[in-house]
Amino acid sequence: MAAEKTTIFSPETAARFDKLVTIYPVKRSALVPMLLYAQDDIGYISDAVVAEIAERIGITELDVRNVLSYYSMLRTKPVGKYHVQVCTNISCMLRDGYATLDQCKKKLGIGHKETTADGLFSLEEVECLGVCCWAPVVQVNYDFYDQLTPEKLDKVLDDYREGRGKETK
Amino acid sequence: MPSLVSHPDEVKILSRRFGQGAADIEKYLEMDGYKAVQAAIEKGPDWIIAEMKASGLRGRGGAGFPTGMKWSFVPKQSAKPKYVLVNGDESEPGTCKDHLIFLHDPHAVIEGTMIAGLAIGSKLGFIYLRGEYRYLLKIVEKAVADAYAKGFLGKNIFGTGVDFDIVTQTGAGAYEVGEESALMESLEGKRGVPRIKPPFPAVVGLYGGPTVINNAETIATAPHILLMGGEAYAKVGSERNGGTRLFGISGHVERPGVYELPMGYNLKRAIYEVGGGIRGGKKLKAVVPGGSSTPVLLPEEIDIGLDFDQLGKAGSMLGSGGIVVLDETVSIVEFALRTISFYQHESCGWCIPCREGTDWLKKSIGRIYAGGGMEKDIDNIRYLAENMMGRTFCPLGDAAAMPTLGFVKKFRQEFEDYVNGKARSETPLLQISGAH
Ligand SMILES: Cc1cc2nc3c(=O)[nH]c(=O)nc-3n(C[C@H](O)[C@H](O)[C@H](O)COP(=O)(O)O)c2cc1C
Ligand code: SF4
Ligand code: FES
Repeated sequence: MAAEKTTIFSPETAARFDKLVTIYPVKRSALVPMLLYAQDDIGYISDAVVAEIAERIGITELDVRNVLSYYSMLRTKPVGKYHVQVCTNISCMLRDGYATLDQCKKKLGIGHKETTADGLFSLEEVECLGVCCWAPVVQVNYDFYDQLTPEKLDKVLDDYREGRGKETK
Repeated sequence: MPSLVSHPDEVKILSRRFGQGAADIEKYLEMDGYKAVQAAIEKGPDWIIAEMKASGLRGRGGAGFPTGMKWSFVPKQSAKPKYVLVNGDESEPGTCKDHLIFLHDPHAVIEGTMIAGLAIGSKLGFIYLRGEYRYLLKIVEKAVADAYAKGFLGKNIFGTGVDFDIVTQTGAGAYEVGEESALMESLEGKRGVPRIKPPFPAVVGLYGGPTVINNAETIATAPHILLMGGEAYAKVGSERNGGTRLFGISGHVERPGVYELPMGYNLKRAIYEVGGGIRGGKKLKAVVPGGSSTPVLLPEEIDIGLDFDQLGKAGSMLGSGGIVVLDETVSIVEFALRTISFYQHESCGWCIPCREGTDWLKKSIGRIYAGGGMEKDIDNIRYLAENMMGRTFCPLGDAAAMPTLGFVKKFRQEFEDYVNGKARSETPLLQISGAH
C-alpha cells in the first residue's frame, strides 16, 4: 500500500519502513527507529517527515512530535553534512575533551550547535558516547575517532573536508 | 576502533573471543558458539535457572540484582506473551564495556537472549542499542541475520521444534531510556518516561507482558555460565558475587581500557597494576568506582574488593563497573559541576525533586565554580541532594544526588577554597554549561 503512494523518502528508506512496521507486536514500536532513519535520509525531521511517519504508523502528528522532542539525536533543523560531536563528559574531560572541543571550534570556525557557511560541518558538545576508555573521542555522524591527539584530529577533519572521510549509514 | 588491552591478572571468560573475529558466525561456532543454547533446549528451564542461580551472577547494568532470581520471578503461565529485553543503551559516563561485546562477540548476546527466552518461556527477544552505536547495530544485525540463515533463530530452531525470534532496535539519544521501564516505553514508540513500580517488569513489562530485562553484559555471560557450570563460575568471584566482570578503567591512568577481572579484585591493584598506575607519575586524588553516579572514594579508601557488597559497605557502589581515576591536578568542583550538568541535562522532568533538584544543584555548584558562591551554598547543596534521595519515580534522582553528596562531603575544603577566593576556575563556566 505505502509503496504505491508517493513518499518523500529514498526507495531504500521507504522499503525499510514498509518492513519496519510489520516486525513488532505493535506498529508504533517502529516510531523511534523510523525517526532516526528518516533523519539519516532527509537530514532532519521536517514537517513532511512527521506527516508521512504519522500516516505510516497510524498515529497523529502530535504523537510523533511529542516523541521526537524527547530524543537528543533527533533534530528539526538541518545540520552540516558532517556533524562533529565531541564528548566532554567525565572520562573525556580528564583526557583533554575540552581541548578537543576547542580545537574543533578553532579549526572549523564555529561554536556549539553551529554550522559552517558552506554547510559541510556542524559541531556539538555531547554527553558520554560510550567510548570512555579511549578518550578523547569525537563522533562524526556515526563514525568514532578515539584516542585522539591534536594531529590525529586535524587529519580526521581534513579527510572529511576533502571527501575522504568514513561514512557509516 | 577501540583498542584491546590485556593484563596477566585478567580471567578471560566473557572476553575470551575478543579480537578473535568471533563476530563471524563460523568463528563463533569454532569457539563453542551456540553449544550452550542447545544444552539449554535439551535440559529445560529449571536447569537453566538453577545454573544461573548457582553462578551468583548479578546484573551488570548497575543495580547488581541476582540474575537467576530475576528470571525465576517470571510467571510460568501467562495469558500475554513474554519477552526478553536486552539493555544496550550504555550511557552511564565512564562505561564502555557493552561496546566491546557488541563489537567482538555479538553472537554471545544473541545466544544469551535465547537462553533467557528459554528460561522464562518467551519466543521473542529485543536487543536495544543506543542510537549512537550505529556501527555496532550493523554488526549485531548481521549476526542476527546469519543466525537466522543457519536456522538458529526463527521457527523450529536447531530442528528442535522450539521457536525464537530476535528483533534489534535503535534508540535515538537519551540516558534515561537506559532505565528499564523507560526503555520499554521507548520500545513501544513513546517518550522515555519511566513507569511506576510495582508492577515490576517480570509481571507487567513490555506490551503488558511479563518481561525479563538485562544488561547486555549480563546476557552475554549466560552462555559461558551454562558451558562451565554455575558453581565453577561462582568460584571465580567473591562471596555472593559470582564470576568476572568487564571493568573499564578510564581517566588518569597509564593504560586505560576494559579489563575482565574477577569480582572482588582489589581496586588499588586494578588502578596501579592493571591500569598501569597514575599517568605521568602524578599523585592519585580520587576514584569514581562504578560510573558517574557512584560516590567518590578517597585514595585511602581504595584498598577494597571490587564487588557489589564491599563497595556498598564503603558507602559507594559498584554500579556499571566504570572506574574513573582522577589525579591531583583535577578540580573536584569542576568535576562535580560536569557530573551534575549531565544529570540535569538527562532528567526526564517528570518528578519535581529530580527536575528542580538537578537544576538547582547545577546552578549552585556553577556559582561556586565561577567564584560567586557563598559558604551557605555548600550547605544548600548538601540539603538539596539529601532531600532528593529516595523521593523520585526512578533512580536517576539518586544517581544525581549521591555523587554530589560524596563530592561536598569528602572535598568540602575545595568548595570552600572557591568560595573564599583561594581557588579559581581555569575554564570559563560557560564552556561547561554552554552545551546544555
Ligand atoms: C537512569 C538510569 C539509566 C540506566 N542506564 C542503563 C544502561 O544504559 N544499561 C543498562 O544495562 N542498565 C541501565 N540502567 C539499569 C536498568 O534500569 C536495569 O536495572 C538493568 O538493565 C537491569 O539489568 P541487569 O539486571 O542485567 O543489570 C539504568 C538505570 C537508570 C535508573
Ligand atoms: S527521577 Fe528524574 S529521570 Fe527519573 S522519573 Fe523523575 S524526573 Fe524523570
Ligand atoms: S565520557 Fe566521553 S565517551 Fe564516555
